[in-house]
Amino acid sequence: MSSVRVLVGTRKGAFVLTSDGKRKQWEVSGPHFAGWEIYHLKGSLVDPNRVYASQSSGWFGQVIQRSDDGGKTWEAPGGGVTMTPGGMPSGESNRFVYDASPETGKPLTTHQWYDGTQRPWEFKRVWHLEPSLTEPETVYAGVEDAALFRSTDGAKTWHELAGLRGHGTGPKWQPGAGGMCLHTILIDPKDPKRIFIAISAAGAFRTDDGGKSWKPINRGLKSQYIPDPDAEVGHCVHRIALHPSRPNVLFMQKHWDVLRSDDAGDSWHEVSGNLPTDFGFAIDVHAHEPETVYVVPIKSDSEHYPPDGKLRVYRSRTGGNEWEALTNGLPQSDCYVNVLRDAMAVDSLESCGVYFGTTGGQVYFSGDAGNNWSPIVRDLPAVMSVEVQTLR
Amino acid sequence: MIRVVLPQHLRTLAKDDGEVRLDVEGRATLGSVLDALETRYPMLRGTIRDHITQARRPFLRFFACEEDLSHERLDAPLPEAVVSGAEPLYIVGAIAGG
Repeated sequence: MSSVRVLVGTRKGAFVLTSDGKRKQWEVSGPHFAGWEIYHLKGSLVDPNRVYASQSSGWFGQVIQRSDDGGKTWEAPGGGVTMTPGGMPSGESNRFVYDASPETGKPLTTHQWYDGTQRPWEFKRVWHLEPSLTEPETVYAGVEDAALFRSTDGAKTWHELAGLRGHGTGPKWQPGAGGMCLHTILIDPKDPKRIFIAISAAGAFRTDDGGKSWKPINRGLKSQYIPDPDAEVGHCVHRIALHPSRPNVLFMQKHWDVLRSDDAGDSWHEVSGNLPTDFGFAIDVHAHEPETVYVVPIKSDSEHYPPDGKLRVYRSRTGGNEWEALTNGLPQSDCYVNVLRDAMAVDSLESCGVYFGTTGGQVYFSGDAGNNWSPIVRDLPAVMSVEVQTLR
Repeated sequence: MIRVVLPQHLRTLAKDDGEVRLDVEGRATLGSVLDALETRYPMLRGTIRDHITQARRPFLRFFACEEDLSHERLDAPLPEAVVSGAEPLYIVGAIAGG
């Protein structure tokens, strides 16, 4: 019997929503980590009971949590009273230390600050956790200030994949309004050494050798808010998505513009087509139809709410350019919530389920690929992330 | 024996809801008490002070005996009333945020 587990990160804790495969009745558990910001939770494909969570706070900083029973109980990995052979406590799971230059011992690079000056990297929080598709103990973390870390011991210890910051463009990266964050990590299911990541505001990058070397993949992006609109880096990419069967095809929601690449990011072209606005954060792909894409248009970068007070998901069945509004069951007046970049996901049941969360605390669900929507919950704290596990 | 009162969220994280009681070898200082605290509760490392620089996190304060010890040196001796256990060391979250 199939079932689904929806992992919801909010401004004030994590919630786990579960249902059987009919997806009619839902059980809500939480808040877990009450009062803390949960930027992201994600379960392992290899071991679905293994779930990782990023717990952070302006007071107390970053904590990584791990569950081995599908989100019922949690622990800070390595944070128990365990000692290393040297007799020191081993609470290292919340320790993210940037690599320094091996030659100088000084910071590897600097980045641009809002006033144009250069600043060293400073760790703030983990935005996104991406479990390996093949190794249950391996998980990647996208952090602010932007960098990629990897753990190969179930999130007990973390090490930076410093080739990303070290490839030379770091001084041109700069924070967006939400900070300089690495928020998207996509592992190629056909080639685990190929990983795509995205940073606000630097752009998209790809490694083909498991994270040792990286290159920017932003050709075709045009951004009027940077001095050179088609620069190699500096773009505020909000989210990238792919379909597992066709990982060379990528879809991107940029600050403005929805784009598509058919060559693993080597080049992009705009597919915003008839969208009412091409600003937005979330983007995802249907579980069984690689040309069916979902976005939630947001009015503008200064008005983070849907146009006309109508919450509409837009679906393209043609891989972009031609979009239809999906409105059944969604508020069509006086709605001024936002849908953040990690707050949309799909399940892989026969009739694809689509889920998204709002800053108003609703988590909406469609069991028919977007034709009809209903809220699973209405009154959570502001939703920051939504992930779905399809359990068989 | 040193008594330490943690803010609620750190008590939850440490999975210990009560007042913390620590034995500290040698002269008790803010630094040695924090070392002892993080040894007993490794999950608190990084939540009170920076992993590398050991700097106090900006929105936390250290109070004892109606005094703010937040700006004291880490190797400065704690007040005798804290050392004797008559008064606790309070680790306090700032009134900020939402």
